[in-house]
Amino acid sequence: MLSRTAENLYWLARYVERAEYIARTIDATLRVTALPAAYIGKTNEWESALLTAGVSTSFYETYQEATEQNVVEYLAFSPANPSSIKNCIEAARLNSRSVRTALTSEMWDTINSAWIELQEVWGKGTSSREELARFLRFVQETSLRFDGSAYRTMLRNDAYWFSRLGLHLERADNTARILDVKYHVLLPEEEHVGGPLDYYQWTSILRSVSALTAYHWVYRETLKPWLIADLLILNDTLPRSLASCYSNLVRNLDQIGVAYGRQGASQRHARGVRNRLEHSHMDDIFQHGVHEFIQEFIADNSRLGEIITRQYLI
Amino acid sequence: MNGPGGDLRPAYRELSRWLKETPPDALEYRRQEAELLFRRIGITFAVYGDAEAQERLIPFDVIPRIMSAKEWTTLEKGLKQRVRALNMFLRDIYHGRDILRANLIPDDLIFQNPVFRPEMNGQSVPHDVYVHIAGIDIVRVDADNFIVLEDNARTPSGVSYMLENREIMMRLFPDLFARHRVAPVERYPDELLSALRSVAPLSASAEPTVALMTPGVYNSAYYEHSFLADKLGIELVEGRDLIVKNDEVFMRTTEGLKRVDVIYRRVDDDFLDPLTFRPDSALGVPGLMSAYAAGNVTLANAVGTGIADDKAIYSYMPEIVKFYLGEEPILKNVPTWRCREPKDLAYVLDNLGDLVVKEVHGSGGYGMLIGPAATKATIEAFRDKLKREPEGFIAQPTLALSTCPTCTASGLAPRHVDLRPFVLTGSKHVTIVPGGLTRVALKEGSLVVNSSQGGGTKDTWILDE
Repeated sequence: MLSRTAENLYWLARYVERAEYIARTIDATLRVTALPAAYIGKTNEWESALLTAGVSTSFYETYQEATEQNVVEYLAFSPANPSSIKNCIEAARLNSRSVRTALTSEMWDTINSAWIELQEVWGKGTSSREELARFLRFVQETSLRFDGSAYRTMLRNDAYWFSRLGLHLERADNTARILDVKYHVLLPEEEHVGGPLDYYQWTSILRSVSALTAYHWVYRETLKPWLIADLLILNDTLPRSLASCYSNLVRNLDQIGVAYGRQGASQRHARGVRNRLEHSHMDDIFQHGVHEFIQEFIADNSRLGEIITRQYLI
Repeated sequence: MNGPGGDLRPAYRELSRWLKETPPDALEYRRQEAELLFRRIGITFAVYGDAEAQERLIPFDVIPRIMSAKEWTTLEKGLKQRVRALNMFLRDIYHGRDILRANLIPDDLIFQNPVFRPEMNGQSVPHDVYVHIAGIDIVRVDADNFIVLEDNARTPSGVSYMLENREIMMRLFPDLFARHRVAPVERYPDELLSALRSVAPLSASAEPTVALMTPGVYNSAYYEHSFLADKLGIELVEGRDLIVKNDEVFMRTTEGLKRVDVIYRRVDDDFLDPLTFRPDSALGVPGLMSAYAAGNVTLANAVGTGIADDKAIYSYMPEIVKFYLGEEPILKNVPTWRCREPKDLAYVLDNLGDLVVKEVHGSGGYGMLIGPAATKATIEAFRDKLKREPEGFIAQPTLALSTCPTCTASGLAPRHVDLRPFVLTGSKHVTIVPGGLTRVALKEGSLVVNSSQGGGTKDTWILDE
């Protein structure tokens, strides 16, 4: 397939995934900030939402203060924020238009309808929490519909695999960013000096990767920070864990390698990261430093993006 | 819909009966449904210079335009004849130039013409086909006569509407279809692909690779480009996807470079190759013309076909058909005054109020004067333009175009229509799917059917008897 087509499919999937992630971040933040101040302490949750979205620096170029209104506007609707939900959906539609021949009509319909709704219903943003909640639901449903129609209607060929690469690379990056911002509340028992506020932080983390219920099914325990870290980093059964993202990345890259009769740097690099995740234990990671581990992972993950681009997309 | 004397044309008998049985609100409901479908599918076109309407829908009218098999047979014969002549004319202009030596066309009309491409002199093209895809604009003026308004021999567009209009009509009006035997148009993509493959260069493999080249997502016809590439099962490439090496054209794929043999290009000559044509073109492929000259790639349509659909050349089409084929033209031309000729110019200046004056190189219905509909001031302004540069214009009488019932704000009403059938020329055959794109002037009394100026489209039914 054309390199440009592969590139568009890859970015299309990334944008849709990113839009959903930002929506989840806002949603989780809304829940924490709805609690009485006594529970959440003095931390500014909106500040931390900007950090997990990776747009904290650019935010302060436009705004003075990280209030709910400012942050929601910036994360969801601002044209100045390249990763705002609005921009993600618009970029996804532009990418879709460029690769219409590689999309199934269901995928196109999802993106095109979302884009139309974005303009017609959400053109002026939202004016109440209720409206915002509806908007966030719309974004998450769009992503689910897109993902589902890709899964159910695409031929299993390189077009599908490149689109999956974009999805899992973006997802890994998102999960890692949450961990990077919140790692301090996920320390092991002996170092832990938390109060009730941490409990809500933990729930919030799990919610933003839609893993709150999953946690209980996997561990059958009350929330323990080190188990949350284990779930998000090493548990292959959770679709948004780093381990699961890398199983998928390795699988899809292998399929491309087999179809093209050639392996390359991206296959080797992805396998290297996956092996490291497979052979790690939470104890070692804590000993080594969660923060360092995550930072290293984020760097590795974005390196994989560069290698894939060089090997296939240009 | 009605013939001379106001009688209902037989082809419309069933439609008329159906319209009487169908309550108006049911029609309105389906009209809205059609619009929704078009928007969801994303069948849009862009209007240049109109930021508000970057992606607009072409209004679709749900009442089909119907023609009998007999009418179509004549039309088809005439179209094939005309396109054969166009191809022979192009071959001649870029080789022996018999027609110039026979003094049928003035030399300067060719050599002074900006759309004449000296690069094509002596250049051979596979099977001597220049115009692989032609869109011939036809109007009906009375019961027996179809007249050619314009030949489009460069990159004619609109065929996606022919196909999508049919698709949507079949979805929305199955009952109406059941009452007619409508000749299918669905095989157009297959015929286009086989025509394109048949003109692959000799150096191509047995399974030639065909690609469709688009200027990109911002082009007004981008939807059509992606639609066709999809239907043909070929790659939709932009200039930046292609690269020329050793006079061969390749596309950049995820598996490395892949040779391309035939390019169905929807990019104008000027933008094809910055090394040969406009150096500022970012849409083109450096070296494409040298690969073309080396005979390693076929461009469809060929470079330089603009000389055949130029409005000044148009007026010579009857002579061109006779000269190359020795036949009387089946399809007539609109009587045309060539303003470059002093006698014609004098007549045109005296009768501006009754004539349609068009720019020789214009398209899209821009830059034309419709005398009967224009104000005095507009006519006078145009008169100055005409005097300053008479060779840039031709003039034609306004025609009594046929009309077709159309949904309007005040119920069904007659509106003027034209028809663009698409004629395909491969190595062996000339083929036309029965139908084409019917364009309708939605404003009452208007004769301008261009989509950029408020025209709409209709499905075109050729009845198979």
